[in-house]
Amino acid sequence: MVAADSLGSYGSLARFRDIKRVFKVTDKAVLACGGDIADYQFIREVIEQKVRDDECGEYTRVLDAGALHCWLTRVLYNRRSRFDPLWLECVAAGYRDDKPFLGYVDKIGTAFEAKEVASGFGVHLAIPMIREAREKKPTLTREDAEKLLKECLTVLYYRDCRAHYKYQLADITPEGVTIHDNLNLKPETNWTNTYQGINIISHRRECEPLSATRAIHYIYQQLREHLTDLSASQGDN
Amino acid sequence: MSSIGTGYDLSASQFSPDGRVFQVEYAQKAVENSGTAVGLRCKDGVVFAVEKIITSKLYEPGANKRIFTVDTHAGIACAGLLADARAIVDVARIEASNYRAEYGMPIPCMLLAERVSTYLHAYTLYSAVRPYGCSVMIGAFDKDGPQLYLTDPAGMCNGFFGCAVGKAKQNAKTEIEKLKLKDLSCKDLVKEAAKIIYLVHDEVKDRHFELELSWVCKESGGRHQRVPKELYEEAERYAKAALVEDSSDEDEEM
Repeated sequence: MVAADSLGSYGSLARFRDIKRVFKVTDKAVLACGGDIADYQFIREVIEQKVRDDECGEYTRVLDAGALHCWLTRVLYNRRSRFDPLWLECVAAGYRDDKPFLGYVDKIGTAFEAKEVASGFGVHLAIPMIREAREKKPTLTREDAEKLLKECLTVLYYRDCRAHYKYQLADITPEGVTIHDNLNLKPETNWTNTYQGINIISHRRECEPLSATRAIHYIYQQLREHLTDLSASQGDN
Repeated sequence: MSSIGTGYDLSASQFSPDGRVFQVEYAQKAVENSGTAVGLRCKDGVVFAVEKIITSKLYEPGANKRIFTVDTHAGIACAGLLADARAIVDVARIEASNYRAEYGMPIPCMLLAERVSTYLHAYTLYSAVRPYGCSVMIGAFDKDGPQLYLTDPAGMCNGFFGCAVGKAKQNAKTEIEKLKLKDLSCKDLVKEAAKIIYLVHDEVKDRHFELELSWVCKESGGRHQRVPKELYEEAERYAKAALVEDSSDEDEEM
């Protein structure tokens, strides 16, 4: 199972919020990319033509995720060796010889296969979460995986400034690939609980402009009040 | 034959005094020697059927196919020299993929046929090359619906509702004319096409042949592909049954 949000940033500006970057290559392979969107679109066109050529030539073997991953490593490594890299971090998911396959390739040709892979900030935030979940329950079911991926994306949405709440989810089974588009994390997120301090500032801002020092002082005061309230209520119990 | 062409048939770049290019005509002759190929177009798709004559029993079944896929939505059935046809199919595939890269949509059949026939025509102009000894039928399902075109070694290209090339093209054409192409569905058309191939096949001259069937229609999802196994078998049964009926009619007449 693969998930990715659908944001196209222009620097730090959330410029395009509906960029699909997960696509079905064949019934045995899905590709998801992070990095430069133009490069992703380019490689997608190339792969689509490749698949068409295979179909026309009546090759009996379909391009599966193992083959796709291998091909991508060659292309990306070759491009970086020519000092003209495709700025991509790719996740190839699907099957290799009817066994589940998950692989990663990036713009310099670094490639590996693993039980869980992620690109961008996901490497730091999502992978530890998935490993933790696996420690608790070594064999995840599809429902577990879907729930876990959603949690990972939520955390990424909270923590990674270049993340977005709209996302896609690809479900790959031996029967084929289904990609769920336009999924939304927003209803389940709640910023008020996450950043109380920022919340306070934004409330105050409506009344009067605040300098940074005064804001910090204000938060400090609020926190102290909050803590005294808390200890008082604990004392009551 | 030998007396007509004397002197003027050595090169494709030279006319005969009565205004013919013999090399091109010889190429057309090569097409007429090959097994029959039939293309039919109805309101919802195009069907190809090919009588592939098996020249040796030692070939694997399904060897030397004569129907090719050019792009997801387009296919080619050919008659004539197979090696020449394969080269043409390669050209067509390149044209189709170039068009996609340039315009971001599948190539319209008319343009594909035009480009292929222009290529064929170029080989009728120079003394250093020989014309292609094959005729190809190009069928596709594009935004204007199903399309069927036929090209010949001279570089001619025409759109058709039904066409036939190869050995028994005359007989096949008469059979096609009996069909009400505009009213038939693609599924019926597959059966009719199979029947025509079985009907025009000359048992005496070529004993063994393999039937090839392909289609591009709504039912195949707008994709050019060989017809599914069940339908193939159904069509083959239908064709053989029609053949038996046909011969028993003849017996009665006698």
